[in-house]
Amino acid sequence: MKKILILFAHPKFEKSRANKALIQRLKGESHITFHDLYEHYPNFHIDVNREQALLEQHDVIIWHHPFYWYSGPAILKQWKDMVLEFNWAYGPEGKALEGKTVINVITTGGTREVYCSEGYNSFTVNQFLRPFEQTAKLCGMHYLPPFAVMGTHTLSDENLENYANQYEVLLDILKSDFKQEALSDCFFVNDLPILSY
Amino acid sequence: MTGSLLFEAIVFLAGAIICVFIAKRVGLSSVIGYLLAGVLIGPYVLGFIGEEGDDILHFAEFGVVMMLFLIGLEIEPKNFWQMRKTILGMGGLQVGLTMLLSYGLFIALGYDSTVALVISMAVALSSTAIAMQTIKEKGMMETTSGSSSFSILLFQDIIVIFMLGVLPLLSSSNSVATTGDHPAEVSLLESLPLGFQTLAIILSVVLIVVAGQYLIVPMLRKVAKTGVRELLIAAAFLIVFSISYLMEFVGISPALGAFLGGVVLSNSEFKHELESTLEPFKNLLLGLFFMAVGASINFIVIAKSPLTIGGILISVIALKAIVLFVVGHIFKLKLDQKLLLTFNLSQIGEFAFVLLSFAFGLNILEQEQMDILLVITALSMSLSPILGMLNERFILPKVGTKESIKRPMDHIAKSQKVILVGFGHFGSTVGRFLRSHGVEATILDFDSNRVDFLRKMGFEVYYGDATRLDLLESAGIAEAKILICAIDNPSVTKKVTQLVKDNYPQVELMIRAKNRYDAYDLVNLGIENIYRESLDTSLALASDVLNKLGFRKYTVARQAQNFIKYDEESLRRLAKQPKRDEDYIFEARKELAEQEKLLEEDFKRGIVELDNHWDSEHIRKQLKKK
Repeated sequence: MKKILILFAHPKFEKSRANKALIQRLKGESHITFHDLYEHYPNFHIDVNREQALLEQHDVIIWHHPFYWYSGPAILKQWKDMVLEFNWAYGPEGKALEGKTVINVITTGGTREVYCSEGYNSFTVNQFLRPFEQTAKLCGMHYLPPFAVMGTHTLSDENLENYANQYEVLLDILKSDFKQEALSDCFFVNDLPILSY
Repeated sequence: MTGSLLFEAIVFLAGAIICVFIAKRVGLSSVIGYLLAGVLIGPYVLGFIGEEGDDILHFAEFGVVMMLFLIGLEIEPKNFWQMRKTILGMGGLQVGLTMLLSYGLFIALGYDSTVALVISMAVALSSTAIAMQTIKEKGMMETTSGSSSFSILLFQDIIVIFMLGVLPLLSSSNSVATTGDHPAEVSLLESLPLGFQTLAIILSVVLIVVAGQYLIVPMLRKVAKTGVRELLIAAAFLIVFSISYLMEFVGISPALGAFLGGVVLSNSEFKHELESTLEPFKNLLLGLFFMAVGASINFIVIAKSPLTIGGILISVIALKAIVLFVVGHIFKLKLDQKLLLTFNLSQIGEFAFVLLSFAFGLNILEQEQMDILLVITALSMSLSPILGMLNERFILPKVGTKESIKRPMDHIAKSQKVILVGFGHFGSTVGRFLRSHGVEATILDFDSNRVDFLRKMGFEVYYGDATRLDLLESAGIAEAKILICAIDNPSVTKKVTQLVKDNYPQVELMIRAKNRYDAYDLVNLGIENIYRESLDTSLALASDVLNKLGFRKYTVARQAQNFIKYDEESLRRLAKQPKRDEDYIFEARKELAEQEKLLEEDFKRGIVELDNHWDSEHIRKQLKKK
């Protein structure tokens, strides 16, 4: 069974309806490590050794965060800046993360319609996530299309329940010996029929 | 010129207030003030009181009894055991050596051996009142000389009990034979055969210990439950009086009994309650005691032999000083700490009055001997502050730890000079963190042992009092960029701050403040950088509490920063308000008013600062409105 590390970053989790709905589905399974970055590092003083050790212990990394200003919250950038060191994560001797899988799980206020060349955000979410994608690539990791809960301001409780169900299924697939290609061929993994049964 | 009881009370109280006030003004101990008042109202100057002085002395001895009860309360057997090495070692050595030498001195002067022994006991004791006050005023409690003084004084406080216990035994050999003017009170003890005497003493001690556990503490609990405060005062007096009566009944020192009672109760939950209840009475009664002693000094005797008295005075102080110096040496104090210890404790203390008048009451001493010794004691106490000042001005600067030692300055130290005043708990943390960044602050400290150690560690250290401008100048204040003041004592901090601000306004001041009030004063002195030692720590604690109650850490961390910012603003705003609470006599009421003001402001501001960042609920509501 693969081990999953959820790097969760929300500066105000207590006020987030959508993320609560998703996180509630975690039942403390032994193969999933839920790591709340803002709770661990309220002063942004990230413990690099500890973070690297966590990464080494897991096979699948999830960057789980709200989508702010077309990117992740500040601490996620801080985490990348501090933890992904030269010759550890990348560089000629940086092989620590090679072969691991990584995926963004995001929530956005804007709907899917506004994230396209015709919408007022001009670009798709996938395009905005390029820095994450390239980071994964430079570190030799497999980057999956994002799991995106969009238009959170207008979602009904029922809609949210659906997303939470899909998240649970996604976590089940990620722990198994899944085929990379089975999840790669889409815009959002939550569009895949295998996530909604 | 005697009158009604009321008139006597007026004479005593007025004398005390006037003389103690003057003594305090000129920087003398209050003990000297009381003695002076006694002399003034006594038969040789104004003559307000005469014969009745003796009765008052008798009454005022309760002050001594109460003092010993309080000392007993202070001594928790467990704590005492932990400090036994310094207390017994230094104290025992000091008392033993001083007694030995002064016994020799007074034998050589032709005194009877019993008398010489009693006098040597009195001489061995130093003045807790004067020495502790000096230590507190100079902020030397944390220095080696301060703690050594404390240990020795504590030992003396305890040994005096035994001395008081021994005195009656000394008198029994000659009390009947010598003078008949003081009829000894017939006590139970004296009417019993010797074996029973010992038995009675042991029995009464056992009685006190048992009663303390099974009678007094349960009684105090019942009394405390009533919630009537004066009842507790009554209970405290009842305890002291009963023990004294019991002890007098069996014929040993009431002071010894009171001390024992104190020790028995030192572990009970009423320790602090009893202390705060009896403290003012003790001080007043002790004051009365000192006044009675002053009034009973016979100046005719003294006028007859000024040279003898002067000679004895000088030899006794010299003798005590030498012993203290030797004790300091044996316990490896540095030279200037030795000198401070020596000058601090070289006087004869207030216990001498107790011992001497007790011995006089037992017919061991004659009137003339007692008068001479009382005067010597009083004079040695008056001289003590003057000698201390001479030591500080003329001896210490020459022989003590050098104020500075030459040391080549590196580049940073020259161009970016930082002066750190005070290297206690607060200052050392500051200094260590600066040093970890290669910033070597120039340190000023007044504990020579610490200075010595810091110099060994390679710091540039100046030794002495930071309120002296010349010392600041030799530490390089003229070229300094920043001066950090990490002194524990707020009044010294203010002095240093004012001094530097007046003379070197270009130096940036970073000042530690103990609390809000000190911070107000510093704001009003025009200081920008004020660091309240309790602010960040208490908020860190409160944040952790909130985290444990389930609040998110990052949210609380941001609110704590907001709170600090807000509190700094309100500090500066409130400091500038005209002081309308100057008529508050009690600090506690002032503090309550201050808290009330702060809480009101908090209330107006709301529970937490408006913080809608990252709040998706907030956005949802805004969207719904439209």
